[in-house]
Amino acid sequence: MAAVRTNLRPMPHDDPDHPHSLLPPDPALRVKALETILTRKGLIDPAALDEIIDTYENRIGPRNGAHVVARAWTDPAFRAALLEDATPVVAEMGYFGRQGEHMVAVENTDAVHNMVVCTLCSCYPWPLLGIPPGWYKSDAYRARAVREPRAVLADFGVTLPEETAVRVWDSTAEVRYLVIPRRPEGSEALSEAALMDLVTRDSMIGTGLARQP
Amino acid sequence: MTRPHDMGGRYGDGPVVPEPEEERFHADWHRRALAVTLASGAHGKWNIDVSRHARERLAPMDYARFSYYEKWMAALADLLAETGLVSRAELAGELPEPQEMAGSTLRAEKVAAVLAAGGPATRPSDIRPAFQPGDAVTTRRIAANLLVEGGHTRLPRYAAGARGHILRYHGTHILPDSSAHSLGDAAEPLYAVVFPAAELWAHPEHPGDEVVLDLWQSYLVPA
Repeated sequence: MAAVRTNLRPMPHDDPDHPHSLLPPDPALRVKALETILTRKGLIDPAALDEIIDTYENRIGPRNGAHVVARAWTDPAFRAALLEDATPVVAEMGYFGRQGEHMVAVENTDAVHNMVVCTLCSCYPWPLLGIPPGWYKSDAYRARAVREPRAVLADFGVTLPEETAVRVWDSTAEVRYLVIPRRPEGSEALSEAALMDLVTRDSMIGTGLARQP
Repeated sequence: MTRPHDMGGRYGDGPVVPEPEEERFHADWHRRALAVTLASGAHGKWNIDVSRHARERLAPMDYARFSYYEKWMAALADLLAETGLVSRAELAGELPEPQEMAGSTLRAEKVAAVLAAGGPATRPSDIRPAFQPGDAVTTRRIAANLLVEGGHTRLPRYAAGARGHILRYHGTHILPDSSAHSLGDAAEPLYAVVFPAAELWAHPEHPGDEVVLDLWQSYLVPA
């Protein structure tokens, strides 16, 4: 959404009396209560909610990012343009919008393995990967990825060669990062569609590697 | 000065548990929470920085015990009450009279366009970039909002007072420290800044490891 000046006063201090505590404590009932209030007041359109859910459940997901990676693997000019300025390049493929307004692609090599986290909340490139998996939003991932990336990779069953350094990207601004995993050996003859099947969601966050063909 | 959301580097959390790619939502109410939150934002009563700050200023005990979407719901309820869209009595159970849909309500047929438009954070700024890629910089010694005491900032505590260098220039972006408190966009240069892991941690896993953060110019001083 666009940054909009609001009528909120600056709130230098915390409000100890959080209005949310007036709602029922059970989360499912909380959502239901808010949905009921907002619908009755004409502040949400129930059909719009269904549309939002369908978008992120069925239409926008990690196959978008896999498409970008497969093309980067096969088209050197595309790869170069993607690494230079990803936003217009992926927009041309139809991938843009909320939580993907400013995209940067980073490429894994023998020397460097990239891994993406958001320690302060759970920023994630929605138009390319969909909404984040549960573990990406977990305290454990947010706390540990920056300090012990190899230990986190071990939780995913991934071991890196000793000579490979890890570069962890903490998404502290509105820039969203996509990892281009290394293309697996033996994939030279595969079509773009077949290559896409090798590109897992986790490999584009940096907690996994591309599948072997 | 600290908030519970600023957890980068913290000890004591357990393993990270992978999950299948097909899994989108873990409960039906998660779907509703996502949709109600996005739809409510369409009224323009807050921006993304205000909503992030609303989650961060939950009581520390609530922040720690709430799941991701529970934080969203709690912060949304707080913002709805604080902006007057919903009254405290209504949150407490008083059923509002049915009303016509408001002009600013997000209609189903507009959802695709609104999600596709997103909300770019780049803005023109009179502040010139003070650093070039390769320049050595140090982050501010204290990770705190300089405009509002206890306010929102995007400099994590683990990266305060650390020496690194500029990796990439991102253009001029809205400053969350200002925007989260509705003090204006205050756009300024934003950089990707790379730090050796050894600059941040006493026991880095590997001598070649690095951490990159996106940091605003006012978070940085020349090193």
